[in-house]
Amino acid sequence: MTTSHTLTAERLTLGYGDRVVVDSLDLTVPPGKVTVIVGANACGKSTLLRSMSRLLAPRAGQVLLDGRQVHRMPAKELARTLGLLPQSPVAPEGITVVDLVGRGRHPHQGVFTRWSEKDDAAVASALEATQTTEIADRSVDELSGGQRQRVWIAMALAQQTDLLLLDEPTTFLDASHQIEVLDLLTDLNRARGTTVVMVLHDLNLAARYADHLIALAAGRIHAAGPPAAVLTEETVATVFGLQSRIVEDPVSGKPLMLPIGRHHVRAGAGAGEAPAAEVAEAPR
Amino acid sequence: MSAPAAVARPSALREVTRGRVRNASRRRLTALALAVLVVAAFAVTLMAGQTFYPPRDVVQVVLGEQVPGASFTVGRLRLPRAVLAVTAGFSFGMAGVTFQTMLRNPLASPDVIGISAGASAAAAVAIVTLSLDETQVSVLAVVAALVVALLVYVLAFRDGVVGTRLILIGIGISAMLDSITSYVLSRAAEWDLQEATRWLTGSLNGVGWDRTVPALVALAVLAPVLLAQGRNLSALQLGDDTASALGVRVERTRVTVILAAVGLIAFATAAAGPIAFVAFLSGPIAARLVGAGGSLLVPAGLVGALLVLVADFAGQFAFDTRYPVGVVTGVLGAPYLVYLIVRTHRAGGSI
Repeated sequence: MTTSHTLTAERLTLGYGDRVVVDSLDLTVPPGKVTVIVGANACGKSTLLRSMSRLLAPRAGQVLLDGRQVHRMPAKELARTLGLLPQSPVAPEGITVVDLVGRGRHPHQGVFTRWSEKDDAAVASALEATQTTEIADRSVDELSGGQRQRVWIAMALAQQTDLLLLDEPTTFLDASHQIEVLDLLTDLNRARGTTVVMVLHDLNLAARYADHLIALAAGRIHAAGPPAAVLTEETVATVFGLQSRIVEDPVSGKPLMLPIGRHHVRAGAGAGEAPAAEVAEAPR
Repeated sequence: MSAPAAVARPSALREVTRGRVRNASRRRLTALALAVLVVAAFAVTLMAGQTFYPPRDVVQVVLGEQVPGASFTVGRLRLPRAVLAVTAGFSFGMAGVTFQTMLRNPLASPDVIGISAGASAAAAVAIVTLSLDETQVSVLAVVAALVVALLVYVLAFRDGVVGTRLILIGIGISAMLDSITSYVLSRAAEWDLQEATRWLTGSLNGVGWDRTVPALVALAVLAPVLLAQGRNLSALQLGDDTASALGVRVERTRVTVILAAVGLIAFATAAAGPIAFVAFLSGPIAARLVGAGGSLLVPAGLVGALLVLVADFAGQFAFDTRYPVGVVTGVLGAPYLVYLIVRTHRAGGSI
């Protein structure tokens, strides 16, 4: 997996029914990096991700993978290069972990081709990478939320794609499991050069784990670039309609967003009063 | 967490391979055992009955030789009946598990969502109101089943099809069709009523080759179509988005699979009537036996065949009165339906 693929969107317009959700959007996914998309609820994040993986046909514009339109590519061929983990995948009742992970081999198999050694190797390595080898024979139904999410990621890994798209892979997970999943994805990116694109809700985790941060507002890109440049008080105000201060995260050195609500705000901590902008510049 | 290796440790790979081989051989063994049971039940239905014929006579008849007595009883009466029992059972089982897998819900079997009811209603109208002959009735029933399936699908369609919506719409349509059937029957003449009843309960009484062959041909054509879609069908179980991300053309797969499954149901129903609950029961029983990992198409077909063979045999000889096969399977199936609804209700499922 040394080839790096380019995934771009050109003047992409997406919608459901009469509603336009994403409006004439241009986007380039930097190859071999971790890209995180953030934005308010219903700003088109998931829609964008779905369209980039062929699940939703564009109203106008196109999504290009290595210069080819994804919506015109043969389904299995695309699925060998680009994987997607949707927000709420369904596990069939009673299926075991190893069987579920094995389903990720689908795009590599023909109608009547037999299961091969390569398939076994891909499953084994996906289980190892996600540390699910020990629970391989357990039923998915009886796993905890964090384990289950790792199993789904293992399934996406067994697909062996160079690009991996994930729609909110940390929802419903507690703090430690969120970090575990994000660490795992970073490991993948570093060890295998997998290009990761994910939608995240938590701005601070997004800023910490992203190489490239994209802030969406009302179906358009408000800002894109390194987290330190994108996560500013102005961005938070425009994208989320929220007053905030940005400080340097003492752990990672990335920007950290502190929301300012109507309550529990110390005198003098309000927006504009503190020299927050300078703090935000610091990580550069 | 340590960095993931691109290549698995040999021990982990061995573990995975061993596990898969073990599961696959267990699955194959269970399927084989089911097949042996079907063959055994088939043989017993040919031999046993009012008169018993030894295996030698039966084999001779099957090979086309003339054996006094046996040639008529076994060759003309029991053989087509047993072949249809296997064919219809296999068709119902396979089609049922197809719907259940595709819609991710054990309630989504063709006999619950109105497809069998469509065939029955059309047959009742054809017999009683239009006074058509047997072939015309069958053709109309097959067409009606397809139309009902299409109607339910279209009504349930909104940016794709969601299982629960399709099931509820199917149950509604099914109720409407049942009322049509009841209305038609209430005005039927005595003679028509008897003919029409076969379409309502499912019966193998008086089956000849003329009824068996079309169902057998349909199975021979449509079963391979479904088997070829087996992997796509398994991927659909993971949800439309995941299946799509795995390279499955979701709508195309769904339409192919629905057409093939409805075709199976329709032809089997045309031959044997809507044998109650076989389509509904076979899938879950097969899943219990072979596990949820692999394709259930063949195991469910075998379970269906076994169910119909045994139920028909029991209906004929186990009680003082002869019951049609549909009554026996109905008695078996109804409690399971209740159990399933109670269980999903406890688990907090919406249906």
